Amino acid sequence: MARKDARRDPRPEVSRRKFLAGVAVAGAATAVTPPAANGATTATGASPARPSALPPTMQVAAAETGTPQELSRIGGVAGSDYMVDVIKTLDIKYLPSNPASSFRAIHESLINYGGNKMPEFLTCTHEESAVGMAHGYFKVSGKPLMTLCHGTVGLQHAAMAVYNAWCDRVPVIVVGGNDLDAAHRPPGVPTFHSAQDINALVRDFTKWDDTPVSLQHFAQSFVRAYKIATTPPYGPVAISLDAGLQQEPIRPNSEKLYIPRFVASAPPQGDTGAVREAARLLAGAERPVIVVDRAARTANGVALLVELAELLQAPVVDLGGRMNFPKTHYLSRPPEVINNADVIIGMELSDYWGVVNAYVDNGENGIGQNRSKIKPDTKLISISSVDLITKSNYQDFQRFQTIDVSMPGDAEATLPALIEAVRSAIPSDRKAAIAKRGEAIKKAHAEGRERTRQTAALAWDASPISTARLVMETWAQIKDLDWSLVASEGNVSNWPNRLWPMEKHYQWLGRSGGYGVGYGAPASVGAALANRDLGRFSVSIQSDGDLMYAPGVLWTAARHKIPLLAVMHNNRGYHQEVMHVQRLSNFRSRVANLGNDMGPVGTSIENPDIEYHKLAESMGWWAKGPIKDPAELGPAIKQAVAVVKSGQPALLNVWTQPR
Amino acid sequence: MGFVRAFGPAALAAGLGLLPGGGAFAASAEKGKAAYVQHGCWQCHGFQGQGGVAGKALAPDPIAAEAFTAFVRGSNGPMPPYPEKILSNDDLADIYAYLQSIPKPADHKSIPLLNQ
Repeated sequence: MARKDARRDPRPEVSRRKFLAGVAVAGAATAVTPPAANGATTATGASPARPSALPPTMQVAAAETGTPQELSRIGGVAGSDYMVDVIKTLDIKYLPSNPASSFRAIHESLINYGGNKMPEFLTCTHEESAVGMAHGYFKVSGKPLMTLCHGTVGLQHAAMAVYNAWCDRVPVIVVGGNDLDAAHRPPGVPTFHSAQDINALVRDFTKWDDTPVSLQHFAQSFVRAYKIATTPPYGPVAISLDAGLQQEPIRPNSEKLYIPRFVASAPPQGDTGAVREAARLLAGAERPVIVVDRAARTANGVALLVELAELLQAPVVDLGGRMNFPKTHYLSRPPEVINNADVIIGMELSDYWGVVNAYVDNGENGIGQNRSKIKPDTKLISISSVDLITKSNYQDFQRFQTIDVSMPGDAEATLPALIEAVRSAIPSDRKAAIAKRGEAIKKAHAEGRERTRQTAALAWDASPISTARLVMETWAQIKDLDWSLVASEGNVSNWPNRLWPMEKHYQWLGRSGGYGVGYGAPASVGAALANRDLGRFSVSIQSDGDLMYAPGVLWTAARHKIPLLAVMHNNRGYHQEVMHVQRLSNFRSRVANLGNDMGPVGTSIENPDIEYHKLAESMGWWAKGPIKDPAELGPAIKQAVAVVKSGQPALLNVWTQPR
Repeated sequence: MGFVRAFGPAALAAGLGLLPGGGAFAASAEKGKAAYVQHGCWQCHGFQGQGGVAGKALAPDPIAAEAFTAFVRGSNGPMPPYPEKILSNDDLADIYAYLQSIPKPADHKSIPLLNQ
């Protein structure tokens, strides 16, 4: 392989394995021979006649009883120390990881040479948890984390979380240890844990990957990886890190190593002409609608969206990939408003087709039915950075939707130009009509709020506890804090988004992206870590099925003192799947087999019921449950909030209605 | 309107609740509660028919029996249809009775947590 040759050619005289073996042998011999013993042995002079049983010489005695001399088994500057120098030039605060031998050298350098700071190693019990933590951390802090994993078994564990990060457009720097040298790497387990090309596993859902074969190559790869990951559209990147490259010392006569300086790229913006055309359509529309998914990633992004919406007095449908638009704003409206739109602008939509079409899983022969939700002449505008990185294999690009004005570019970065273009495009004689439109929306918004509250009152006193009650009892205890809802996995009928006055960009972080179950728990912990450093209070709605994928992340939270309030939505089942089996049973005119459970066989998490509070307690959390009586919920949350404010994580196991 | 057990889909669909001989008897809300769980209605509509994002609210004040029956038997929406083979008319009548038995909730204005 070319890359192997590239690494070996400059130093054919130094075989890594032979070098290590030689040092190991010499070191072993030296270590048991203290200098003082050598000197003493030399001074004894001629040997007397030898008795049948010889006393030990001073040299042997010293070797057996003396303190070994501390000598480095590997001379020179460790190559992985240089790697740490490279990493430290970037703003990477934490490194959640599960330890593994294939990255032992850089692990050692990070915690000893690097002082375990920037980044700080956070012990994880599963690679999926590590990547999930990095995912959640970024959505609060806007800063990427890196993780280290075994390039094979670890990366396979991590893969689902990497896919979630890909679909959710979140940067994570995944570094996989891998021992490429088949002739010299240890046989057995380390060879099971090696591969030609570990990055192939995640190549379809990472923005970029590389396999550096020299230290200088590593520096270029790592800085490039950071730059690519943090340029919109964000996304995970992967680096395969050869074990040999990590372990070898820097060669004395090698070229002088340098660290490339990182300079952030400007995000891509929509084409100027397309922006003007979009503005013309929006300014002239009678019923324009703004639909947003991952459009705002900062406080400024939220402010820009408010400015555009108010300029047009256009309703905003926030699909919730991020906290794009304040829920308290009168222009915040439900998806139904698009039905009558004459112009729709979609910003960073993950599924434009799904916004303007309906799919009903109830057709003949099990084939779903499609129906357009919009009028035939509705004009569609799109700003999406994801158009710039579409790949082939995984189908996260969704169904194809024809767009009238399509702008590949970052929505938040394009908004200032779009706002100015709209301002210029609105004729003065349209301003009164636009203002009148706003008044009608304001009235509809107020009426909608009333209906939502009345709906929330249904089953208010039910046991299991209604999801609306769960959400509002939680709200009552955190409303006076600087709170951040770090995850709401499982389906609680969107009550937080419908009832909580979300206004700040960190008050709702969106969902997993790829809908791979198991995101909620680790992403909550990662986001809570970022919030801890910012002095915010973190709360999650934690579902049961999600937690059981990798509950060990609870231990990581306790171990690293990450305060988080996890209020469980424990509906004791995989309710996303319950109806699928029921649906097929109905289609086939067969009574669904429930076994001894409430849902069709295979979809319930009961018999026995999992005692999540005990699970959490066993890993260092304050916990309470199961709570089934709604009257007990408020006081329990109050207790838990006090615990979290003291710096500990707390979990409440609450039995809830299904949705 | 009270829903009564009847034998025959025509009578059920019409919501007449009449036995073939002209008699009628009330469906059982208690049995309906069990049937509601057994047939998976709770999965999308909640144990008290309160609904959620996956299914509409069914109670209190369920829609008219005729419309209710027609929808359950022939839904072309997100809910799959429930043919008589897997959900009997008796069970359907009982389920309807259960939904009718669910009391109205308190006005949301009287719930402090919904008025913050």
